[in-house]
Amino acid sequence: MDRYTTATLRVNGQDLQVVFPTHHTLLEVLREECGLTGTKHGCELGECGTCTVLVDGEPVLSCLALTAEMEGRSIETVEGLQDGNELHPLQAAFADLGAAQCGYCTPGMLMTATALLAENDDPSADEIRTALAGNLCRCTGYHKIIEAVEWAAGVVRGDAGAGPAREVLFGSSVPGEGS
Amino acid sequence: MERREGISKLLGRELYIDDVPMDRGLWGATVRSPSPRGRIREVRFSPDVNWDEFVVVDHRDIPGENHVWLIESDQPVLAADSVRHVHEPVVLLAHHSREMVHRAVRSVEVIVDPAPPVLDFRLPPGADGIQHGTDNVFSHIVIRKGDVDAALADAPVVIEGTYETGAQEHVYLENQGMVAWIDGDVVVVKGSLQCPYYVHAALTHGLGRAEDRVRVIQSPTGGGFGGKEEYPSVLALHVALLALKAGAPVKMIYDRPEDMAATTKRHPAWIRHRTGVDLDGRLLAQAVEVVFDGGAYVTLSPVVLSRGLIHAGGPYACDNVRIDGRAVLTNSVPFGAFRGFGAPQTIFAVERQMDKIAEELGMDPVELRRMNLIREGQSTATGQIIRDGADRLEVLDRALDLSAYREKQEEHARFNAAHEDLRRGVGLSTYFHGAGFTGGGEVHLSSVAKVEARPDGRIEVLTSNIEMGQGTLTIFTQIASESLGLEPDDVVIAEADTFRVPNSGPTVASRTVMVVGRLIEKACADLVAKLGDSDLRGPDLKQAIVDWYRKHSGGVLDGAARYEPPPGTSWDEDSYRGDAYGAFAWGACVVEVEVDLRTLGTRVLDVVAVQEVGKVLNELLARGQIQGGVVQAIGWALMEECVWSDGAMVNNQLTNYMIPTSDDVPPIRVDFLEAPYAHGTGGAKGIGELPVDGPAPAVAAAIEAATGTHPRVIPVTPERLMELYDGA
Ligand code: FES
Ligand code: FES
Repeated sequence: MDRYTTATLRVNGQDLQVVFPTHHTLLEVLREECGLTGTKHGCELGECGTCTVLVDGEPVLSCLALTAEMEGRSIETVEGLQDGNELHPLQAAFADLGAAQCGYCTPGMLMTATALLAENDDPSADEIRTALAGNLCRCTGYHKIIEAVEWAAGVVRGDAGAGPAREVLFGSSVPGEGS
Repeated sequence: MERREGISKLLGRELYIDDVPMDRGLWGATVRSPSPRGRIREVRFSPDVNWDEFVVVDHRDIPGENHVWLIESDQPVLAADSVRHVHEPVVLLAHHSREMVHRAVRSVEVIVDPAPPVLDFRLPPGADGIQHGTDNVFSHIVIRKGDVDAALADAPVVIEGTYETGAQEHVYLENQGMVAWIDGDVVVVKGSLQCPYYVHAALTHGLGRAEDRVRVIQSPTGGGFGGKEEYPSVLALHVALLALKAGAPVKMIYDRPEDMAATTKRHPAWIRHRTGVDLDGRLLAQAVEVVFDGGAYVTLSPVVLSRGLIHAGGPYACDNVRIDGRAVLTNSVPFGAFRGFGAPQTIFAVERQMDKIAEELGMDPVELRRMNLIREGQSTATGQIIRDGADRLEVLDRALDLSAYREKQEEHARFNAAHEDLRRGVGLSTYFHGAGFTGGGEVHLSSVAKVEARPDGRIEVLTSNIEMGQGTLTIFTQIASESLGLEPDDVVIAEADTFRVPNSGPTVASRTVMVVGRLIEKACADLVAKLGDSDLRGPDLKQAIVDWYRKHSGGVLDGAARYEPPPGTSWDEDSYRGDAYGAFAWGACVVEVEVDLRTLGTRVLDVVAVQEVGKVLNELLARGQIQGGVVQAIGWALMEECVWSDGAMVNNQLTNYMIPTSDDVPPIRVDFLEAPYAHGTGGAKGIGELPVDGPAPAVAAAIEAATGTHPRVIPVTPERLMELYDGA
């Protein structure tokens, strides 16, 4: 029979006491024991990035992380991004640019991008591309996601003029340069 | 308008099927065939497992007919005495523990007496390989126009070319998944799917139940691209059989390797062109042979073939055409619907053939296309006369302009001369995509959409068309609110639940906006007419609805509309002549690549995609569709390759079946031309599939321009490019 472990996890700023099969991954425990199903799974083999969460601020593939090793560390998931009723600038930018199509990759994208912006609030398009390269998306072709991260970075920096050019949103004769 | 479906996805609150909590439910799993073909001698359950803890289902537990309802009834729900492909489902298990059930799958052994499998669809089967009819041909369609043989005999130049495209895996990020439970005497199935009424029909047949004792509900769907068109019927039957036997809810969620190995993929294709041209490059005759690998069962192959063939001549005028195509059986997983539905394959071939013609005649490929693109009043291969006001030459010119095609050619000549190891090139394609089902298909579907007013004056839209990332909720809200003069917040889109919504057809074939959106407009008009004043709109309409409910307590104010073919269109299924689709959208694509001669890796540097889609209803969504489609097509052209062994995909993981990442995507510049289509919603034609048609041949053409090799087979992986160099 499975052996169980009891641990206190700090998730989105709250301490949660959980009991779980010892070999379970952070992904399984977040989704099953903590009821936080915002974190998705697309492969459970470390290949798709949909399960990305932050552990002490660093993006981690939760499908590869053992929960038993998470005690005492700070875990952030998509459910914790919002500040009260305020969307996180990344969430707002994703919404306005249509960067979430089916939405299945979105939580992982948001978490990876959060870590990027914490480190570098003025990333170039190429830096964003590289940071997100472990997060697969099959719907968007990535352009809107990259634009959304650029836009959100501007908001985080407090740039008054932050936001995509009108033609990025609504088109022009040569719209949508993603880089 | 803002997207309606966005917010809960951004908060992590959208409940995809695996996110739905399961109290006291069981987990299901599938035992599959290890062998591509043979008779099942025995199913052996390991004595090391206490099987009393499990619910076990095999073919004997099927209350209805043991086949998955679709075009033909050859695909069993669960194999009874023989198997036709590796991974064919044989036995189902359920258990309270997810881990236990997956472990138990490995404790059931299906022992098969092997028979010789048919594995190469390009070769005629031997006598011992026949498994369907007398020749393994699932479907054979011939499109004829004029006299091809005479025109080929008379043509000053005849050019031949053979082209091949590979299977492509959908890689929707959410794997297939479903839940079933029993509610009184109703079997309810909820899951990730594109076509609620396909699943409904499959369940009524396979479970032998009346229509009102089966209920299908779509859950938020994490991508589909055609992969959730026919396969969900199989999974729905499985999960329902387990739930019926268990008398408890059952959830089945595939993991990635299972999903990649066991579900449908894009049909591999082999296509041969013989084209007669005059010395100026005018097309005189097109003879096209097409073979699609259908896999082990018929599933949707005849329809995919049909669309592939209708597009096989390309968007060009030619008086003499013969397109002869077959979908054939092999002992591999059934190939199925994938965005583009057969057209990307045949368009790849005809576009490569156009480049070959240009090269052999010493012509510019742009001018060859310009000369032959269909003009207003000319007709397609099926004889459909194009009179839609779209300017196909303008589409081409816009793409050339935006991409600076000519300047790039000059720039590349300089670049290539200056670099020892890098080669750049630019390629072009022109293409088209028919929106909606074929002429006969939409009539046969006879879709119905409904709108219902609520007592507070809001309007609910009821259709069976679903959101899977393409923005259906947004666009339906926009269509209803604009046609009624209401605010978007006054419109509610009903969940796709067969207990509530009428059958407005499947969410496929780029038909949702063009066909179903139009029905919503008409249903809105029908509702307003019931209030006695067809001009009512906006706040007056809301007030009139509120007043209506005051007077008719207990009543329901609604409106409905049923599909009618556009006036003056005709289609003859037997001869394959006539108006194949209500409308075609038109596109031109320019791709720039760089090939690294040291690694033979190809990187796409720039893409321009210009399309004429009638009217663009929502530019944000439309551009997202185009960008996403272009990237899928680039993946298919360069890197996505299924590796087969015994008809089974063996690279069924995301580390060895690679799709484009954010690091791989080039700038994609998207532009639209608009010639409103009179019979589409607000002038719109379908848009979802067109973007997948153009990039692959343009990528291949760009590699040709860069390297001087002639890619005729995709994906153009480094290995394949190496072969081209060696062969040259
Ligand atoms: S689920 Fe963790 S990387 Fe795919
Ligand atoms: S939005 Fe569907 S996978 Fe990214």
